[in-house]
Amino acid sequence: MSSSTEAYEQAFGALRASGGTGWLPALRREAMDRFSALGFPTTRNEDWHFTSVTPIAEKVFKIAPTRTGPATLSPADITALVIGDPDWHRLVFVNGRFEASLSAFAGLPAEVRVTTLAEALKESPEFVAEHLGKLASGEGQTFTAFNTAFAQDGVVIHVPGGEVVEAPVHIVHIADSHAAGVGIHPRLLVVVEPLAQITIVESYACAGPMSGGYLTNAVAEIEIGNGARVDHYKIQRESTDAFHVGTTQVRQGRDSMYHSFSYAAGAAISRTNVYTQLAGENAEARLNGLYLIDGAQHADHQTFVEHLAPACASRELYKGILDGGSHGVFNGKVYVDPIAQKTDGKQTNHALLLSDHARIDTKPQLEIFADDVKCTHGATVGRLDEGALFYMKSRGLGAENARALLTYAFAAEVLETIEVDALREGLEALAFARFTQSELR
Amino acid sequence: MLKIENLHATAGDKEILKGISLTVNSGEVHAIMGPNGSGKSTLAQIIAGHPGYVVTSGSVTYEGKDLLAMAAEERAQAGVFLAFQYPIEIPGVTNAYFFRSAYNEVRKANGMEELDPIEFLDFMDKKLKLVEMDEAMLHRSVNAGFSGGEKKRNEILQMAVLEPKLAILDETDSGLDIDALRVVAGGVNALRTRENATIVVTHYQRLLNYIVPDFVHVLAHGRIVKSGGKELAVELEARGYDWVMEAA
Amino acid sequence: MSSSIESLVNKEYQYGFVTDVESDTIAPGLTEDTVRLISSKKDEPEWLLEWRLKAFRRWQAMTEPHWSNLKYEPIDYQAQRYYSAPKSITPLQSLDQVDPELLRAYDKLGISLSEQKHLAGVAVDAIFDSVSVGTTMKAELSKYGVVFCSFTEAVHNHPELIKKYLGSVVPYSDNFFAALNSAVFSDGSFCYVPKGVRCPIELSTYFRINAANTGQFERTLIVADEGAYVSYLEGCTAPKRDTHQLHAAVVELVALDNATVKYSTVQNWYAGDKDGVGGIYNFVTKRGKAHTNSKISWTQVETGSAITWKYPSVILQGDNSTGEFYSVAVVNNMQQADTGTKMIHIGKNTKSTIISKGISAGKGQNSYRGRVKMLPKASGSRNYTQCDSMLIGNQCGAHTFPYIEVANNSSTTEHEASTSKIGEDQIFYCKQRGLSAEHAISLIVSGFCREVFKELPMEFALEAQQLLGITLEGSVG
Repeated sequence: MSSSTEAYEQAFGALRASGGTGWLPALRREAMDRFSALGFPTTRNEDWHFTSVTPIAEKVFKIAPTRTGPATLSPADITALVIGDPDWHRLVFVNGRFEASLSAFAGLPAEVRVTTLAEALKESPEFVAEHLGKLASGEGQTFTAFNTAFAQDGVVIHVPGGEVVEAPVHIVHIADSHAAGVGIHPRLLVVVEPLAQITIVESYACAGPMSGGYLTNAVAEIEIGNGARVDHYKIQRESTDAFHVGTTQVRQGRDSMYHSFSYAAGAAISRTNVYTQLAGENAEARLNGLYLIDGAQHADHQTFVEHLAPACASRELYKGILDGGSHGVFNGKVYVDPIAQKTDGKQTNHALLLSDHARIDTKPQLEIFADDVKCTHGATVGRLDEGALFYMKSRGLGAENARALLTYAFAAEVLETIEVDALREGLEALAFARFTQSELR
Repeated sequence: MLKIENLHATAGDKEILKGISLTVNSGEVHAIMGPNGSGKSTLAQIIAGHPGYVVTSGSVTYEGKDLLAMAAEERAQAGVFLAFQYPIEIPGVTNAYFFRSAYNEVRKANGMEELDPIEFLDFMDKKLKLVEMDEAMLHRSVNAGFSGGEKKRNEILQMAVLEPKLAILDETDSGLDIDALRVVAGGVNALRTRENATIVVTHYQRLLNYIVPDFVHVLAHGRIVKSGGKELAVELEARGYDWVMEAA
Repeated sequence: MSSSIESLVNKEYQYGFVTDVESDTIAPGLTEDTVRLISSKKDEPEWLLEWRLKAFRRWQAMTEPHWSNLKYEPIDYQAQRYYSAPKSITPLQSLDQVDPELLRAYDKLGISLSEQKHLAGVAVDAIFDSVSVGTTMKAELSKYGVVFCSFTEAVHNHPELIKKYLGSVVPYSDNFFAALNSAVFSDGSFCYVPKGVRCPIELSTYFRINAANTGQFERTLIVADEGAYVSYLEGCTAPKRDTHQLHAAVVELVALDNATVKYSTVQNWYAGDKDGVGGIYNFVTKRGKAHTNSKISWTQVETGSAITWKYPSVILQGDNSTGEFYSVAVVNNMQQADTGTKMIHIGKNTKSTIISKGISAGKGQNSYRGRVKMLPKASGSRNYTQCDSMLIGNQCGAHTFPYIEVANNSSTTEHEASTSKIGEDQIFYCKQRGLSAEHAISLIVSGFCREVFKELPMEFALEAQQLLGITLEGSVG
C-alpha cells in the first residue's frame, strides 16, 4: 500500500465512521479494499501504458466540503458555463454536492424517475441496491473502486418500458474555487427498460479562478433494455490544472442502441473510458469522440466494445487535434466472442498534430474469435493535407486561413454525429472560434 | 437435355419452389420471367447446386443423370454453367489464373489434356474479342473492383471459356446499359449451337429482343403459371405480370 | 461457419523424418560450464567466451516474458540439451568430406548440397542441429569478395567483422531469449557483402533440427557494406516428435549507407499434431539496422511451429532509410502465433511499410503485434500498415495489437486492418466453375496472400504457396 492509499484508508474510515451493516457499507468497504489492493496503475499496466497518473497518485485529494454560505452561482451563471439549452431537465452539482436551487427537472413524464443518488437511497434503496456497482464492479479498475468507496452523490435515472423522454437530461458538474485539492467522485446510474428512450448530457466545467487542481473521478453505469435507446453526451471542459478520470460501463440488450459522444478539451490529465457490452442480438453501439488539447495537456481515450451476441454492429470514430506540447492517447479494443457471428465492427481514429512537440500514441486492437464477421479498424496520424491546403490557397485563401479552416473541418466531421442540435451547434461554434479566432456564422 | 419434374425446394423454413416442371432440349433457348421474389433465381441456383437450398421433392435429370446427386463442381464439369446475378469477388486471384484453373478442371474431368499458361493465353485471345474485352482484364483480380457491367461481361467471358452445354443466365441484363447489353447478348448468341441450350432468367423483356427465346415461362409464387412462345414476353412487357397471375 | 467449411484433417507433415546419425550430444542443463563447454567445442577465442558469459549472467537475472498472446506449458531450461552435432562432422571441413547420410537427409528435404546438382543461382549453408554441414558455392562467391560461411568459420576467419558487428543490432541484454541465444548459440550463418557489390546469387541457410530434446540456438549475421545488395533466404524443418523442442534464434542485419538487405523466411518447423502434442517452440529475435539511404526488407511465411514468437524489426537509424515487413502467418489445429514487427523511425524522411496477412484455421490463434514509433527527430517520415486476417472455422481466433506512437507533426502513419472469412459464396462461385472446394480454398487463400508472396524470390514463392496449401489442407470440406 502506498502512502496515498494509506491516507485514503484513513479518510475512508473518518467518512464512513458510522460503518453499518447494510449492503451499501459492504459495497463501499469492498471497493475500498479493492482500491487499496490495486493501488494507482503504473505505465507497466498495459491499459495505462501511455498515461502516467503519477501526478494524481502522489497527491491526496480531500473530501469535498459542504457549502456553508449562500450559493455563489445563479442558474444564469450555469447556463453561461455549459453548452446546451437551459430548458432541458437540469441537475446541477457544485464540487460534487447537489444544488437544488440551480436545478430544474420537474417536467419529466410521471413514470420516469430522475433523482439524486442520495434521494434514491432514501426513496428506493432496493432499486439502487439491485443495480449500483453491478456493471461497474471495479474489478481490476482502480478508479472505479475509488469512486465506489468515496462517491458522495450522483444521479439515478430509471426509464420504465416504452417511455420516451423527449428533452435531454442535463447533468452539470461545476468545480469552483473551493474545489482546490478536492476529490470529486460523481456517480451516475441509468436503467432504461425495453423500448424506452432517453438522452443524457453530462457537462463538466469550472467556474472562476482556480487555485490548485482537483480530481474528478466519475463513474456511470448504464443498462439498456431490449429495443431501448440511450444517447449519451459527455462534455469535459474541466480546469486545465484539474484531473479528470471518467468511466462509463454500458450493457445493451437485443435491438438496443447506445450512442455516445465524448468531447474532451479540459484537464491537465484526462482519461475517458467508454466500455460497452453488446449482450443481445442486433444491438448497435456508436461511439464517437473529439479531443482538442494544447500546452502540456494529456488526453487519453479508451474504448472497449464487447460483441457478445450475434449480428451486432459497432461504429467508432474518434478524432484528436493536438497543439503545443500536448499528448494524446487513443486505445480502442473490439472483442468478438465465438458466438457473435455476423458482427459488423468498424473503428476509426484520426489524429492531427498541429505542433512539432505534440505527441500521439494509438493502439487500436481487434480480438476476434468468430469467423463470420466483418471487422476493420483504421488509424491515421498526420498533418493537414498539403493538396487541400494548396487547393484552398489557389482559390485565394491565405495560408493561415486555409490551415484554420481545414483544422475546423477535421473536427466538424465528428461533431456532425451529434444529434442534439443545441449541443452540436454549441461545440461547432467553440471549435470554429478556437481554430479561426472568429465566429461561426 | 434437362428435365425438371415437380421440383419443390425450401430455404430455411420457407418453401420457395412449389412444383416446377420444365423440359429443355438441345438447341433451345428458354426464358424464365416473373416478378421479384417469384423463385426465378432460386431455380437457377438449385440447378447449379447452391448449398443454401434444400430440395424437398421432385427430380432434375441432366443428360440422363440425376443432377441433384452431383456436387456443384461435378455439374460444372459436366457442362452446366450459371452466370451469376451478383458475381462474387475474389481479391488477389487474377482472372487469367482463375479461368485457366477452371478450364483445366473441366478439361481434366472430360479426359482432355490441360493447357499450359502460354497456350491458354492464345486461347483467351479469341474469347476476349467475343465480349469486346481488353487483355488487361485478365490480369485484374476476379471481379474485384469491377463495375456492374464489367462483372456481367466477365460472366459471359467465363461462359465463352468453359463452353457449357447448358448455360443459365441469371438476370444477366439487370443493371446493364444498352451498349453493354448488346455486347453481352452478342456473346451469348455467338456461343449458341445446336448442341447446347440456354435458360435466360430475366425480369425484363428487353433482353429477349437480343436473345430470342424459343419458349417463355412465367414463374410466380414458386410455380410456372404460364408458358408460351416469344410473343408471350412481348405481351408481358405491355401488360405487366398481374394478368397472368390472376389468370392462374 | 457452416458445416461445409469444416472438418479438419491434416495432411502428414512431409519433413517429419529422423536421420539416424551418431551425435555428440551434451547432457541436459544450463550452467556456466555448459557455456564454456560449447565455446570450447567450437575452439573459440577468449573474447567470444567472455561475451557469452556476460550474456549468460544477464540471462540468469532475467525472467521469461509473458506479455504475448501465447499460452504454453512452462519451459524447463534445465531439461534442454544445448548442443548436439553429428560426430561425422569435423569443424571447418569441406563439402566433399560430408557424411553421405547427411547429404541424403538434405536430398530428402529437397536441398542438394553436392556442387554438381545444387539449385542454380542459390548458395546454401546447411545447419544440422548445432553445426553447419557445409556451404555451397563459396568459391563462386569469393570471386566477388562476398563472404558466406558458417558462423563458426567466420569467428575463425573473419574475427574483426564478428567483433565489430556481433550484438551491434541485438545486444545480448536485449531480451530473455536473445540473452539465452547469446550465451549458448552453436552455429548459424555469416554473410558479408563488400562495398558496392551486388551479390549475384541468392544466399540461403537451411536449418534442420534432428536430435531429440535438443534446442537449436543459431545466430545469423548479415552485413551489407556501403552500396551493397544481398538477398537471403532461410528455411526450417524438424522431425515429428511428441515433445516440444525449443528454438531461440537471433538474426542481425546491418545495411550500411545505400545498401539493401532482403531477408526472406519460409518457416516450416514441425507444428505438433492436431491435439497440440509436440512441435517447436519458436522464440526468435530478428532485427536490422538501416543506415542512411539503405533498405531492409523482411518477408516471412510462417506455417510451422507450435508456438511462434517473432517480430522482425527495423531500426531506421539513417536519414531516408526504408524498412519493410511482409508476412503471412498461418495457424491450424493447436498452433499459436504472436508475430509482427517494430519499425523505429529515428532518421529524417524514413519510410516503412507493413503488410501482414494472418490465416487462422482449426483451433489456431493468430496475433499480429506491431509497433510503429516515430521519434521527434524523424521528421517527414511515413508508415503504411495493413494487417488482414482470415478465419476458417469458428474455433480459431485472430487478434490485432498495433501500437502507433508519433512524436513529430511532419510524419504520417496510416493503419488499416480487416478481418474476413472465406465466404460460402466465394466457394460456391468457384465450384460452379468446376473447381473443388479444396482447390477453391487454396485459390482464395493465395489471392489473400498475394501481396506478400510477390516479395519472395521466384523459386520460393511457389514453394511457399504449396506449403500453405498443405498446411491448410483439409481445413475446408
